[in-house]
Amino acid sequence: MRTGVAEPRPPHACPVGTLPEPSGGLIGLWQAYRQRLGRRRLLARAWLHRRDLTCVTDRTAAVRATDILCFICLRNEARRLPFFLAHNRRLGVRHFLIVDNDSTDDTAAILADAPDVSVWHSAASYKSSRFGMDWLTWLMLRHGHGHWCLTLDADEILIYPYWQTRPLPALTDWLDQQGRDCFGVLTVDMYPTGPVSQGAHDPAADPVESLGWFDAGNYLVQVQPKLGNLWIQGGARARAFFADSPRKAPTLNKTPLVRWHWRYAYVNSTHALLPPRLNRVYDTGGGELTSGVLLHSKFLPEIIARSAEEKTRGEHFADGAQYAAYYDRLVDDPVLHCAASTRYTGWRQMEALGLMSRGGWI
Amino acid sequence: MTLGIVMLCHTALHRAAQVARHWAVAGCPVVIHFDRRVPDSDRAELVAALADLPDVRFSARVACEWGTFSLVEATLIATTQLLRDFPGADHVYLTSGSCLPLRPVAELQAYLAAHPGTDFIESVTTADVGWTIGGLNKERFTLRFPFSWRKQRRLFDGYVTLQRLLGVRRRIPAGLVPHLGSQWWCLTRRTLEGILQSPDRARHDRYFRRVWIPDESYFQTLVRKVSAKVESRSLTLSKFDFQGRPHVFYDDHLHLLRRSEAFLARKIWPDADLLYATYLAPADPAAARPEPNPGKIDRLFAKAVERRTKGRPGLFMQSRFPTKARGGNRAAAPYGVFEGFADLFEDFHPWLARVAEARVHGHLFAPNRVHFAEDETIFKGGLSDSATLRDYNPRSFLTNLIWNSRGERQCFHFGPNDAQPITLFLAADPNATLMIVSGAFAIPLWRSGRPVADIRAEVARLQKIEAEFIALLQAPETKARVRLWSLADFVEDPVEPLHQIVDDLNPRASHRMTELPSMVDLTGFASFIQELRNQGMQPVLMGDFPTEIDRTQLRDGPSHSQQAK
Repeated sequence: MRTGVAEPRPPHACPVGTLPEPSGGLIGLWQAYRQRLGRRRLLARAWLHRRDLTCVTDRTAAVRATDILCFICLRNEARRLPFFLAHNRRLGVRHFLIVDNDSTDDTAAILADAPDVSVWHSAASYKSSRFGMDWLTWLMLRHGHGHWCLTLDADEILIYPYWQTRPLPALTDWLDQQGRDCFGVLTVDMYPTGPVSQGAHDPAADPVESLGWFDAGNYLVQVQPKLGNLWIQGGARARAFFADSPRKAPTLNKTPLVRWHWRYAYVNSTHALLPPRLNRVYDTGGGELTSGVLLHSKFLPEIIARSAEEKTRGEHFADGAQYAAYYDRLVDDPVLHCAASTRYTGWRQMEALGLMSRGGWI
Repeated sequence: MTLGIVMLCHTALHRAAQVARHWAVAGCPVVIHFDRRVPDSDRAELVAALADLPDVRFSARVACEWGTFSLVEATLIATTQLLRDFPGADHVYLTSGSCLPLRPVAELQAYLAAHPGTDFIESVTTADVGWTIGGLNKERFTLRFPFSWRKQRRLFDGYVTLQRLLGVRRRIPAGLVPHLGSQWWCLTRRTLEGILQSPDRARHDRYFRRVWIPDESYFQTLVRKVSAKVESRSLTLSKFDFQGRPHVFYDDHLHLLRRSEAFLARKIWPDADLLYATYLAPADPAAARPEPNPGKIDRLFAKAVERRTKGRPGLFMQSRFPTKARGGNRAAAPYGVFEGFADLFEDFHPWLARVAEARVHGHLFAPNRVHFAEDETIFKGGLSDSATLRDYNPRSFLTNLIWNSRGERQCFHFGPNDAQPITLFLAADPNATLMIVSGAFAIPLWRSGRPVADIRAEVARLQKIEAEFIALLQAPETKARVRLWSLADFVEDPVEPLHQIVDDLNPRASHRMTELPSMVDLTGFASFIQELRNQGMQPVLMGDFPTEIDRTQLRDGPSHSQQAK
């Protein structure tokens, strides 16, 4: 559940209907140069933070050139890992590269037993490593080049059109054929019927069984002209916790699946990347590109204890004090369900609601 | 009769081997061509796997590059070998390594036997082709293409432009009429021999060597010279997306492929285990033998193209964010916006809900909170009534509201007191219908009974806001449908505009209006307006209200509470 996010504070974001043209000429060149510097700075940070990582198990020698890799940074996720690994294996992920940020529960034991997992341990600060992104950038630089790489949190379940019948290699083959090297998704917060403490949960079971509800149509879309990435907020968390300070509401759009090149870098969690071309996961001509959804299982019962811990650790937000009220609300065992909630039935429903799209993929 | 199979393979060789075995076991000789770029080890593995089948042969290898003559060359080599090695073969079917037979081989053989001497090859004149991508169809035959489209795209495009500019043309050899069509054909021995042994063969090959994508035109053109009977369709089901890339079939397409009743399909995803297991299994002889009818499934592909190119209007999400010109300023469905009506009529809200058969919200953009219909605090889809959340991204709020309630007409009230940033969107949205009684905002202030001196500034402020909105709506860029009345004009004859509103919103309403909303009694309003003038303000949006002198006359006129006719 490493969803710590340093929210971008752009000079402006452009709402629906005002998509800006990319700057050309000298300004465009200057911006491209700045972005190049920014990207190299991120890679340099990753290089510096490589010393935070201690290799626990390295099984990457078994990785073949066409394998899809999954990168995660996690802490105390023993309750979610069994299903997470099973789900992604079923999708066709061949190898997991995991940074364990000093877990104190059974996480390490679960990971040690898995044959397709390589683990690095870090006891350093999550916040000062750009919420784990410096570590992952380093691992991706080392191991991800040329592969389709999936970067997730342990509380995110990736679904995409036809996911039950077509594994990830079908999707990535198709993206390759379309000449696309990135894939955009929306994070959808799932929540239970009553107070969040009520959702009983078996670690091997699909969390969506107890978190069966979501908000179907309150997502706020803007585009950030600097990197051309979308900035989508909203959902249940914005409705319940950020109605008075919507700008602070969590960012929900992600680009978790990218055919990686060692020169690439995630800028801000997996919400935006450099080079900015990779942020164009949306069509601007009116059509729809293929996209997916991350079912977010944040609201399992342990969120209460975890929020209390995170509030004191202060590792999850750039300006943690601003989010104290948010943590207090979480500790208060909130009810997210309301009369307007929608019960989850599957990807076809998500697509009909406009939360994902099959695009031209038949 | 015997059917010979030519297979062009470059990837997923284990699947190609499975299919080749399927053909061979059914009695069809197979000649396989490997792209020379296939590593020798992979090739050797496959050759070994098929070693027990004497009727599977391997042709000399050519390095194949998409869009070039090398594909035709590979086909020519393999076909020549097949005709030479298997004199009994009287039909040759060209397939690829990712083709899969959908019906038993015996059915295909029976079908070909029932159509003796017929060449199944899609062959369309360049003038009639509608499916080429990138605008090159006739020019495929008249320009030169020395550069690779995949690896040297800029050179390719530049050289095409240059040739167009200079007007350079190649001469099409005498006797050839350019035709295009699917690469996958089934031709008779007689036709193929006519093409392969033609005295002009060298001349044709030399010409086609510089034609763009000759695998879609070489046989398609030459067949017209030699064939006795061309049936212009391919027996292979092959679908392309809007950019001309082939669709891939997966396990979940099983039912779709069954419905197509085609003999072969391409391309099959190499890991589609279910498809390979199903279609390569021994045939069920009892099955029906319908005519191939790939048209049955065309609708699905047309829908996919539409989803990819046009999308769902009014939807803004992580993979659709159109520019303004391409639908970025459009809600999902028509909706009505009413300004001034709630001030002018006591019971406008329930009346409108009744006659327009719509969901009527209050002031959605009110400064304190969102006034949803039925006073809900959370509307469909999870829209919150928080004004802060709404004002953070008002356009998403409105497009979400309309998207979430597709299938039900939405109406809401608006006014100069509401948050105004949404007005730019409203004015430019072709789905918006704006009904405005200008100046009506003064009525509640007048009825508040406060001294004119106190509310003068407030009236002026609201008038300024409304005037700006009206000016925006009268700009030439406005796409919304706008109906605008001044308060005075509206009060003069309210029945006609109300009828117009109902016609606009609910054109299929079967019955005529039997009741009208009751209007606020405006006795004394004219003197209020005059009093504002006297205080130094200039009320303009209300229109020409009768002055003090005419007021008595007005009072003696018909009642303002209009009743049914």
